Amino acid sequence: MTPAPATTAAPLTGTAADTGSQRDTPHGNLVDVQDLKVHFPLANGNVVRAVDGVTFKVARGASFGIVGESGSGKSTTAQALTRLVDPVSGSMSVGRHSLSGLTGEPLRLARKDIQMVFQDPFSSLNPRLRAGKAVREPLDLMGIGTREEREARVDELFRAVGLHPDAKRLFPHQFSGGQRQRLCIARAMVTEPQLVVCDEPVSALDVAIQAQILNLLKRLRQEKQLTYIFISHDLAVVQNICTHVAVMYLGQFVETGPVEEIFANAKHPYTWSLMAAALSPDDRDRGRERFTVTGEPPSPINPPKGCRFAGRCPFAQDRCRAEKPELRKMGKDHKVACHFAETLTPPLPELALAG
Amino acid sequence: MDPILSVRDLVVEVDTGSAVHKVIDGVSLDLYPGKTLGVVGESGCGKSMTALATMGLLPDRFRVAGGSIQLAGEEMTTVKPSRLRQLRGNAISMIFQEPMTSLNPLLTVERQIAEVVELHQQKSRAEARDIALEMLRAVQIPSPEARLAAYPHELSGGMRQRVMIAIALACRPKVIIADEPTTALDVTVQAQIFRLLRDLQMDTETAIMLITHDLGAVAEMADEVAVFYAGRSIETGPVAQILDTPAHPYTRGLMSCTPRLKLGAQAREPDAGALGEIPGMVPPLGRFPKACRFAPRCALADARCTHDAPPKVALNDAHAALCWHAKEEAFA
Repeated sequence: MTPAPATTAAPLTGTAADTGSQRDTPHGNLVDVQDLKVHFPLANGNVVRAVDGVTFKVARGASFGIVGESGSGKSTTAQALTRLVDPVSGSMSVGRHSLSGLTGEPLRLARKDIQMVFQDPFSSLNPRLRAGKAVREPLDLMGIGTREEREARVDELFRAVGLHPDAKRLFPHQFSGGQRQRLCIARAMVTEPQLVVCDEPVSALDVAIQAQILNLLKRLRQEKQLTYIFISHDLAVVQNICTHVAVMYLGQFVETGPVEEIFANAKHPYTWSLMAAALSPDDRDRGRERFTVTGEPPSPINPPKGCRFAGRCPFAQDRCRAEKPELRKMGKDHKVACHFAETLTPPLPELALAG
Repeated sequence: MDPILSVRDLVVEVDTGSAVHKVIDGVSLDLYPGKTLGVVGESGCGKSMTALATMGLLPDRFRVAGGSIQLAGEEMTTVKPSRLRQLRGNAISMIFQEPMTSLNPLLTVERQIAEVVELHQQKSRAEARDIALEMLRAVQIPSPEARLAAYPHELSGGMRQRVMIAIALACRPKVIIADEPTTALDVTVQAQIFRLLRDLQMDTETAIMLITHDLGAVAEMADEVAVFYAGRSIETGPVAQILDTPAHPYTRGLMSCTPRLKLGAQAREPDAGALGEIPGMVPPLGRFPKACRFAPRCALADARCTHDAPPKVALNDAHAALCWHAKEEAFA
């Protein structure tokens, strides 16, 4: 399949009034999240603190990666931003939409500007809808454009994601996994959103297909001046597609900053452990001693009092177990939540040299 | 040294009702004691089917239609079911991808490990319990005594995969087939599991077949590599040769589309741009091209590639590729 040349459509005339784009302020922040908390009550009275106080801003046109292991709360953060789960506290705004208190019709209309691509392209498409209808449906539901305009827009999106418009009449099962993810991306882009939240969009795909989809997402962001929030467990993928990154552990950010800065100069032991665990096909020195952490993340039901990583951190001291480290500034735009960020020496030779 | 597991010209067919397709078409592999063979390729290339054929676990409508599989000199393709049951879990065992679904949710950890040794080694319940405890220690499960009584749902994914490994290793098998054993796990846990498998292998001289789509995992674990494409093994050789000087365009493509983590000073270098891409996808079963199966996706393909099946080209004693252009590629 050869990617069709992408074209930029004239903005669709919306019957859903007042959807004027705010792209005239390229340097402002599109996303502003303050102290977001998402808790899930359990039947036995306990509470799962999936997201436990997360604050971040994403500039227009940026691609903000959230990395962490399963249970870190990265997907829940993504779902909160699209209001697929409801936060218990904190505020979230995307463009002119203040999402936190939004309900009913205003929330539905806000979703025109905020779209999502999910991990599993098999379960995120309705098996009974033809591909063309699946991609067109957001336009139908939002009442955007005339019938002809919508069809033209769907054709254009099919080409933009590298599918032939003839494929519109096919059903999802007639597509491969990679093609289905292209459909999901086309569906997410069809309303001309400002923000696209991608939740592990390439994790279920083979490496060759993963590269195709990553390149596609990268190209679309540039062409359409989109803003991404990109959830992944894979550091190499995040480095490839993101401009900024937040490392998440047990419901909180432990380190944030521009990708160049984080990958050159990471300061948090948890970030180091993720970097050290990443495997590379170029590595011929596997006998060497790697920096590894033991154990697994503790339960988000009853998180440790001090630093949440202290139980697995080889550098942990009494202070770490007693006192929670705040996310604090360590140079321009780089923030770290570790009491000893200034004094620890990275156990990775590449980082130690860059210091 | 003789291989402990030797697969020769294996052919596996599936009868879809309307047609018979070759899922595996002439695959040969050797596993040596204490060594790891990495089997790589995209989904649908026949990696898992090769494993299942070796284990005698092919699903309904699949059958071995040719070739041989020898485990320590014993032919597995014609072995009686009763003998197969003696070998499976004993001389050869398998670790599956999904630790969530491959453990019995109704049995405790102790029962699931102990039943293997009770069955194969005629141990008493008490002896089997001791072995189960010893295995939990070997796979570094914290507080193993307490874990014996645990049910799978009480364990994390990483712990469940450790239990799977404990079951697979309980009878000290000569061969372990690990089918994407860490795909469902987090990277820090993956690092722990790989280290564990390597340490256990050093103690027991077990041969491991590691099935994976991750070239990073291959670099980390494998001694030898077989790259699969559309039911064939298209390139084989020592790990450093396969990854440093891949001869087959498909192997090269896989290398170029894998994103690399760049740390330290490298991370500040300007973005290298788009990842390499292999256009298109693995052809579906029954629509494999006649000559070179990779030709439709290959930048080097010419008329010969679409008309004549590619020869097996030896690049040296250890490294071979199924490609008309293999030599040009390796030395390009």
